Amino acid sequence: MPDNPVNHEIPDEILSAFDRKLFSGAYSNTPHIRIDKGNRSLPRLNKIVDTIEQVVIKTGLSDGMTISFHHHFRGGDKVINMVMDVISHMGIKNLTLAASSLTTVHSPLVGHIKSGTISRICTSGIRGELADEISAGLMDHPILIHSHGGRARAIETGKIKIDVAFLGVPTCDVYGNANGYTGASACGSLGYAKVDAHFARKVVLITDTIAEYPNTPFSIHQDQVDYIVVVDQVGDPKGISSGATRLTKNPRDILIGSLAAKVIACSGYFEDGFSLQTGSGGASLVTTKFLREYMEQQNIRANWALGGITAQMVKLHEDGLIKRLLDVQSFDQEAIRSIGENRYHSEIDASYYANPLNKGCAVNKINVVVLSALEIDTEFNVNVLTGSDGVLRGASGGHSDTAIGSGLSIVVAPLIRGRSATVVDQIKTVITPGSTIDVLVTDRGIAVNPRRPQVAEQLRRCKLPVIPISELKEKAQKLAGVPEPIIFEKKIVAVVEYRDGTILDVVRQVQA
Amino acid sequence: MRIVKTGTAGTLESSDVMITVRSNGTDGVQIALQSIVEKQFGKQIRATIEDTLKSMSIDHAYIDVKDQGALDCAITARLVSAVYRAAGIEKIDWEAL
Repeated sequence: MPDNPVNHEIPDEILSAFDRKLFSGAYSNTPHIRIDKGNRSLPRLNKIVDTIEQVVIKTGLSDGMTISFHHHFRGGDKVINMVMDVISHMGIKNLTLAASSLTTVHSPLVGHIKSGTISRICTSGIRGELADEISAGLMDHPILIHSHGGRARAIETGKIKIDVAFLGVPTCDVYGNANGYTGASACGSLGYAKVDAHFARKVVLITDTIAEYPNTPFSIHQDQVDYIVVVDQVGDPKGISSGATRLTKNPRDILIGSLAAKVIACSGYFEDGFSLQTGSGGASLVTTKFLREYMEQQNIRANWALGGITAQMVKLHEDGLIKRLLDVQSFDQEAIRSIGENRYHSEIDASYYANPLNKGCAVNKINVVVLSALEIDTEFNVNVLTGSDGVLRGASGGHSDTAIGSGLSIVVAPLIRGRSATVVDQIKTVITPGSTIDVLVTDRGIAVNPRRPQVAEQLRRCKLPVIPISELKEKAQKLAGVPEPIIFEKKIVAVVEYRDGTILDVVRQVQA
Repeated sequence: MRIVKTGTAGTLESSDVMITVRSNGTDGVQIALQSIVEKQFGKQIRATIEDTLKSMSIDHAYIDVKDQGALDCAITARLVSAVYRAAGIEKIDWEAL
């Protein structure tokens, strides 16, 4: 008869009509509920596991699975190397490493690739020794390069299935509520990690600071988290962020930045309530500074700014010139402070930021974006991944996401870097299609994509030096000379995925 | 012009080149080139150096070049300075340059 606390009869027809099972005891179907009652403030009800090795065992990680990491600790990240050392030591092989991005501190991964622990990599960016080795043909499978929005799309649609996410967090409580703007290793927004926490099969938080429960306001929440490991340090604060991203004194960057600000002011998009995203590169930061002057002169305020938030953006926000900040990644100490303090400096995840297949991402609403480029061709296609020597050394980032989403996409770059021309006939790798780039601002002139004749007209009216992009290319060639062509091998070392999931380009091994 | 000591010009800043010139007896012109754009511009950098030395009638010298992506005009200027210094010439005929 029915197992019901008060012995009421529950007919089977009811169970089948509602497609439900019969109650079988308060504790039997909820394994996380503690049966022994007691003092709930004691941290006994927690998810803390003593070591990374133990947590790897608990997650059931095995050969051929996919593990993920985020890059909010940037050059100060200690989590990826720490976790990979343990996994490698345990002898697990053939893993896919799905990191939101990788930096120069991740060169120890070379050893884990050679040992067979890692056999595939998906990432937005790659630099340093790891990038050099991969460019020289280290891996059997090409790595996959995706944009920030593309990664969110791939994870949400199951193209990237994360078995275990190892997410470093500056602080969390014993139950897994984590945030990024408190603790010794504070990194600000956890926008990229939030996607992994939402979709990974198992979620492991790694922290150096256990906060009081509940650690509100939180970015990653307890209902998403399986285990927590406490370590000495998740990141080196010096590598995580600079104090405040400093403005460059390089006169060329200042010239480019001032031109870019004037381009924005003259473009027709500069009106009260506009929105913008600028990067953290030298010229891009200067653009923000000069734009402030135009905003004050013309009494124009921005409704919001997106991105990679920097000290410059925070200053504009706190001075009332930008009403709201949407922050997927906080670039410096000021941005980290602000996201903790300012009510309208909001954390957003990578999907909200730029996923092209969700119901609406922020890049679609942005008016003006200022982007960088390693190379740009005369069709305005942009390379931000490979250097003039053909070697991997950059990141796709939000470049292609914001370029297509924005009303006006502006690329700022010096015409020549070292001896390498930025404007060329043929770029090494396409990350952002030229059909989504509107204006190129260099120290030797401005070029407007022919598909935007009205913008060109506006800029000419403001007496800005608008010239055909082919002329910029010739100027660069005259100064730098014509380089010997880089010789590539047949082997493909990286595949570039466009934000929609299609394959846009490949990178080949550079001949030694 | 004769190389009598070691002469250096330039810096290791981006877009500059540091050139050191010293005597190597009668071993001809020897160039030790390190450049961040060696693959793309190595040949052109060597040619610029050889042409400049020829124009200064230097037949024997050891030239150490640490290039950070300097343009040809910068390479030539740094090399001429280094050669003058290595030749111990302090009075420079600017008109001739």
